[in-house]
Amino acid sequence: MEERFYRILDKYEKGDGNIISLLQDIQAEFGYIPEEAVYWFSERLDLPPSKFYGVATFYAQFHLKPRGKNIISVCCGTACHVKGGTKIAERLQKDLGLSSFDETTPDRRFTLEVVRCVGACSLAPVVIVNNKVHSEMTVESTSRLIKKLVKEE
Amino acid sequence: MGEENLRKVIVRVCIGTGGLAAGGKEVIEAFKKAINEFCVDVELDFTCHYQKVGCRGFCARDVLVDVVDRGKSVTYQSIKPEMAKRIVVDHIINGKPVEEWLIDDSYYAFHEKQVKILLKDCGTIDPEDIQAYIDVGGYSGIKKVLSEMTPEAVIEEIKASGLRGRGGAGFPTGVKWEAGRRQPGDTKYIICNADEGDPGAFMDRSIIEGNPHSVIEGMLIAGYAVGSREGYVYIRAEYPHAVERLKLAISQARERGYLGKRIMGYDFDFDIKIKLGAGAFVCGEETALIASIEGQRGMPRAKPPFPVQSGLWGKPTVINNVETLSNIPYIIRNGAAWYASVGTEKSRGTKVFALTGKVKNTGLIEVPMGIRLGEIIYDIGGGIVGDKKFKAVQTGGPSGGCIPASLLDTPVDYESLAKVGSIIGSGGMVVLDETDCMVNIAKFFLEFTQAESCGKCVPCRIGTKRLLEILDRITKGRGREGDIELLEKLSNDVKLASLCGLGQTAPNPVLSTIKFFRDEYEAHIRDKKCPAKVCKDLLTFYIIEEFCKGCGACLRACPAGAITGEKKKPHRINPELCIKCGACYDVCKFDAVRKD
Repeated sequence: MEERFYRILDKYEKGDGNIISLLQDIQAEFGYIPEEAVYWFSERLDLPPSKFYGVATFYAQFHLKPRGKNIISVCCGTACHVKGGTKIAERLQKDLGLSSFDETTPDRRFTLEVVRCVGACSLAPVVIVNNKVHSEMTVESTSRLIKKLVKEE
Repeated sequence: MGEENLRKVIVRVCIGTGGLAAGGKEVIEAFKKAINEFCVDVELDFTCHYQKVGCRGFCARDVLVDVVDRGKSVTYQSIKPEMAKRIVVDHIINGKPVEEWLIDDSYYAFHEKQVKILLKDCGTIDPEDIQAYIDVGGYSGIKKVLSEMTPEAVIEEIKASGLRGRGGAGFPTGVKWEAGRRQPGDTKYIICNADEGDPGAFMDRSIIEGNPHSVIEGMLIAGYAVGSREGYVYIRAEYPHAVERLKLAISQARERGYLGKRIMGYDFDFDIKIKLGAGAFVCGEETALIASIEGQRGMPRAKPPFPVQSGLWGKPTVINNVETLSNIPYIIRNGAAWYASVGTEKSRGTKVFALTGKVKNTGLIEVPMGIRLGEIIYDIGGGIVGDKKFKAVQTGGPSGGCIPASLLDTPVDYESLAKVGSIIGSGGMVVLDETDCMVNIAKFFLEFTQAESCGKCVPCRIGTKRLLEILDRITKGRGREGDIELLEKLSNDVKLASLCGLGQTAPNPVLSTIKFFRDEYEAHIRDKKCPAKVCKDLLTFYIIEEFCKGCGACLRACPAGAITGEKKKPHRINPELCIKCGACYDVCKFDAVRKD
């Protein structure tokens, strides 16, 4: 792991010295921000860990816990909301047995998240599974899609 | 036969936001495959060229495909990969277009009242090829500026065009540039704000994806006018395609000498860096955006000093929105008078809107300022889906308001929309019908702003929380007498006392829905009823026996096991188990499931 940290540190020192960029690099490498990464970089860069956590918890993009193998994002922006996006999210939460949105199943196979607008409003409501946008979804079609995904796993 | 003797066929496919999601890339592949299959047996008398273009606007009919052959261009709508083969055989090989898949009258109606300045090139040129932009006059604006205009003359030209900031506030662009130019110092920055965070808006994304070079050229011209050598594009990480296209465009512009040192041989240096946002709505606010580029938590600070005085790294900084910058090359190329001839006296030019929600023709539209709301919804949008009743149009996202049917002849310009309690904002336009609950809509926006409040100032942090709590209890049947007045008072306090635009406008959705739909609030509070039948705590679901055919669709759809009944006999919903998700209501084909 340390080797991977050094690679990121090298990039950081040659780059613009920006904590957001650093955290984005860490997350690109590990899929989330591991606790040990925060302390490792904190020491090397002589910046308090609170500075890292301050930034990481401010922006929605950063995750402090490992995420699932499959990421299911349900858009609940305005257009998707009025066309039933929120209903889809509620149903998926139930189907995946999660207690809230933005959670990962214990086996880390699925992460469900609710996002606020991905800019595909004319195709509302949309569900994004592993970066592929599925348009004009219903509760039924989403359920089918996820069941298929579970089977393929 | 030599290739030069072959007929040239062009297949043009939309790979904008909508086109990609609807399968644009797969459609191109399907065309390639279909044509390759033919090559095996027959020698083709044509060569096929594939053009990928950005958003063409009519996203409701994606994937849109043009076939240009034998001097004629026709457009197909709603094309899926499996339809490619027939178009290749019937149209390209046998010369007979597939009539039933061609665009219909609604396509023409959708475009009739639009005036396309920005979107004209957006849907016709290949965004991944700089030459395509140059061929339609691209980069001639910066050439004109460098060869024959002083920075002051450029500023005068932009002032004369009447262009105002398209990010929402509507501040005159030329005046902002002039203030930037007047600042002392050698180091100044131009920032392109592409942090399009308003839910329901995707204009900036579509412009960057469809015509990225117009934004780069706009930044170059801004840089020259203001006296800046360095620009940043702050763009949402949620827009991966836009980021990729922009990166490609910047590298192509560098290769051709439009970015870098001594641009086009003139004494002017300018380069652009991309900064990815990390998902915070408040970073659309100028001072928060600057903090974010500097790597900090994106929290706004008090103004003055304004960014134009002290911005990025404490240097004078001019921040313009994507659409604003994209307008610049067209204004320089065609002249301020040409631009100012479109629109109204105080709001010149065109505005791009994302028309979504319950209208038939959803998509990206560009209209002259001053067009009536009703023309957008009924003439361009084709009216309401399922011919339901129009209820309101929400403009300006979480900072805007809802405009009711009685005000549909309001002209769309900065002042007129402000007068009816809404704003143009960045350009989201979400149409609501009779099945939408206005209290729920207000609550939806407050959930958003409350979650996105940065927490720095108390009125916004706590005010939005309290507003949301009151709205929440109203939608759950626990509203109290006096809640409406409390919402109004609190809203006005939050507006007055908040530090930045987020808090100052967050109560707008509440105030405008109370203003125009007070009766809906009263029904929730006094009668514990939701007239639009949306707020599920105020509803009960039941099945009307004589309508129920016993098909079992609802039973299978129910995730709570609340429905019982034998095959071909009326089913029943157990209210104790019902979670009111509405799944049964949505699947019933016989109108037997009711909610009240």
